[in-house]
Amino acid sequence: MSVMKRVSMIFKAKANKALDRMEDPRETLDYSYQRQLEMLTQVRRGVADVATSRKRLELQMNSLRQQQNKLDGQARQALGAGREDLAREALGRKATLQTQISDLENQYQSLQADEEKLTVASQRLQAKVEAFRMQKETIKATYTAAEAQSRIGEAVSGISEEMGDVGMAVQRAQDKTAQMQARAGAIDELMASGALDDVTGTPRDDIQAELDAMRTGPDIELELQRLKGEISGGPTPQIESGAGGAASDGASHAAAEQPQAGEGA
Amino acid sequence: MIVRILGEGQFGVEESATSELNALDSALEKAVNEGDELAFRPALTALLDRVRALGTPLAADVIEPSDLILPRADADVAEVRSMLTEEGFIPG
Repeated sequence: MSVMKRVSMIFKAKANKALDRMEDPRETLDYSYQRQLEMLTQVRRGVADVATSRKRLELQMNSLRQQQNKLDGQARQALGAGREDLAREALGRKATLQTQISDLENQYQSLQADEEKLTVASQRLQAKVEAFRMQKETIKATYTAAEAQSRIGEAVSGISEEMGDVGMAVQRAQDKTAQMQARAGAIDELMASGALDDVTGTPRDDIQAELDAMRTGPDIELELQRLKGEISGGPTPQIESGAGGAASDGASHAAAEQPQAGEGA
Repeated sequence: MIVRILGEGQFGVEESATSELNALDSALEKAVNEGDELAFRPALTALLDRVRALGTPLAADVIEPSDLILPRADADVAEVRSMLTEEGFIPG
């Protein structure tokens, strides 16, 4: 038998079970309506859960992107200082982060699509529940139990099919959200434990340490030389080379002349 | 007749489209029965596309049981199979 027919028969069997449960078919209306309200609550909760999960992913992606920018800056700095090995290391870590970010981006898009679908489903169900509520009152007021049978059957199978559909969507969204929460939690834990420190470039990371050492190292040497020169009264050594040379030259001359200016006053 | 695509909603489709949809459905059924994942995807997509093209979406406040129900677009063979065999698959 065809796929389309079999699926619809399974849905109908579900609806019939609900109808058979009640002695007075009109009771089925109230029972079904209660179920509908519960389902509406579930769907709305589902939408909220998916949104929360999506926002959490967004935060994680942002912080990974920040780390990536930092590594990028470190690579430039290292390259500027002629340390290609360090730059390579920083870029390598940046690439590792990119894999993680791409993975999160895919999950994000998938969650966003789920959220939109669930929102539409929730609006559709709400419209149907409202229509059902009105039909229910009409049927109860107008028909005897026996007469109401077929009308109730139509309404209940129609709405129970919708609830089955929405119920599956909510179930799927919940499963997926739970999976994502677990993965997001794992990343958060890794970050908190410091295991990702080296990769993500917190202040303690080794690339930064080397870069800092390279930057402060020569400065200290030059400072020492300058102090030695002052003590021995010899010519002040050029502190900086390259483009900054002229400026610092002028500055050191000014500094050397200052004591004389002070004496004259 | 009314056709539901799970996860999308219901469409009103002219009876005259029945034989065309049945042919597409047969291809889908074959893929499901043989567990042929490669044939399954295009078969499902073709059937759903045709329903969307031929059908008119039902208003949200209409409560009518569908004559035919189709799996959602991203369902896989295993899911459709379990849908056809396990009643418990559908909540409620």
